[in-house]
Amino acid sequence: MSTTAEAVSTATSPIAVEVEQVSKIYPGGVEALHDMTIQFPKGQLTSLLGPSGCGKTTLLKIIAGLLPLTTGRVTVNGVEVTGPGEERAFVFQDFALMPWASVLRNAAFGLELRGVPKSERNAIAEKYIEAVGLKGYENLYPHELSGGMRQRVGLARALAVDADVLLMDEPFSAVDEQTRRKFQEDLLDVIKEEGKTFIFVTHSIEEAVYVSHSIALLLPRPSRVSEIIRPDIDRSISPDAIRRDPVYLDIVERIWQGLRSYVE
Amino acid sequence: MKSFFTHPLTLRVISVVIVFSFWEYLGRIPISPAFPTFLETMAALWEMITDGSMAAVYPATFQPLLIGLFISSFFGIACGIFMGLNHRAEWFGAPVFIVLQSAPLAALIPLLTFAYGIGLTSKVLTVCIMSMPVIVLNAYSAVRHTPVTMIEMGASYLGSRWQIVMKIVIPAASPVIYAGLRLGAAMGFIGAILAELLITPTGIGDLITYNQSIAEYAKMYAAIFSIMVFAVIFIEILERTEYIFFRPDKRVSQ
Repeated sequence: MSTTAEAVSTATSPIAVEVEQVSKIYPGGVEALHDMTIQFPKGQLTSLLGPSGCGKTTLLKIIAGLLPLTTGRVTVNGVEVTGPGEERAFVFQDFALMPWASVLRNAAFGLELRGVPKSERNAIAEKYIEAVGLKGYENLYPHELSGGMRQRVGLARALAVDADVLLMDEPFSAVDEQTRRKFQEDLLDVIKEEGKTFIFVTHSIEEAVYVSHSIALLLPRPSRVSEIIRPDIDRSISPDAIRRDPVYLDIVERIWQGLRSYVE
Repeated sequence: MKSFFTHPLTLRVISVVIVFSFWEYLGRIPISPAFPTFLETMAALWEMITDGSMAAVYPATFQPLLIGLFISSFFGIACGIFMGLNHRAEWFGAPVFIVLQSAPLAALIPLLTFAYGIGLTSKVLTVCIMSMPVIVLNAYSAVRHTPVTMIEMGASYLGSRWQIVMKIVIPAASPVIYAGLRLGAAMGFIGAILAELLITPTGIGDLITYNQSIAEYAKMYAAIFSIMVFAVIFIEILERTEYIFFRPDKRVSQ
């Protein structure tokens, strides 16, 4: 297992997102990120895992271009980030669906903002609504859906704009446990099919180990990448078998041992 | 059976019946010679509708009311949204409207009469000063409290400032804007009647004052009753338009 930030990039994958010596000081003087360097390989899912206050959501929002950074540099596909861009799509913790719009319009909203004609954007959105398992729900409103289904709409919206990089901010934290497991399994399929780069913020160790190609363990005070873990799990076996796999359980335990001192 | 007794419509009818029965009871005691029973009032109302005296006065009341409400809604919402979006407009406008909302505006009516005479202008302005502050302040606070993640969502999917305002901020604010409009409409009705009672007796205000002066109390109450009915209907219609134009999701949930 590698232990330094620079070693994240493995020789096998090119880099999609590169964070170089980024610091973020909020107005008022709180330092959320300090000199953080991390790379996200293309076509993989990298989790940002850590206790609350370690700056993982801040980092994700900086990559999304929603927050300005104080010093340092973020590049996506070699281009420096100055704001939100076409090649990135965001999945929100609280779903951020428009309650007055149907599932179809919500899923197509990213395309609507880009000025894609209605029939075209609806066709694309329908395709992704089906891909996330919501076929037949197109004309319902968000309040008629369960939490898990709402986040599927959020995911369909992000997939519909066909971005290279999907930024997911604790997407399952507002979803109940059973739905969450099913969703994690489905996410693995989506990653396989879409071949996109996923950056996934979570505070659940099990979730991170289950869905990730690599896990960046972030620690607070000062916020830094403490290590990069690559769970070497055989994903061809069934989801239930993975959850009982000794390798999976060992990694979960090891991360917990690394984090526990920060929880107290 | 249970569903019949708990149906919203049944409950509303029961509530109305209770209030009117109590009115009838108080009228029969009687608590005052100037307080007619419910049935006497309804009879007077019927008489005034059939002999045309109602229809004759209402245009005079509705003219300043509708003009005033249109002006307050249009400028009030525009002003409120602008204040919600722009901090300088907020600093400039918010104190003015907060003072106006809490001030006893009826006291300004003599001033309006002094400045604009006893014509339509004063009455329209009376409706405006009554209804506008609540419309502005609701629109302003609705826009100011748009959920942050909704705006971040718009920004991350490359919405322009204009798109975010039109497609996210305004629809998200519409329930509270409409709540302000309904309150504003209610205040506007009060303003219209106040203007007719305090500036010059015209329209329904004239009907109230006149019947009071000749001790036709049933007719006086019938006139008051009729304006209340109109106010309720008007506010109900406003609510429907919101569901139709802005919040199709609420029609589903009803």
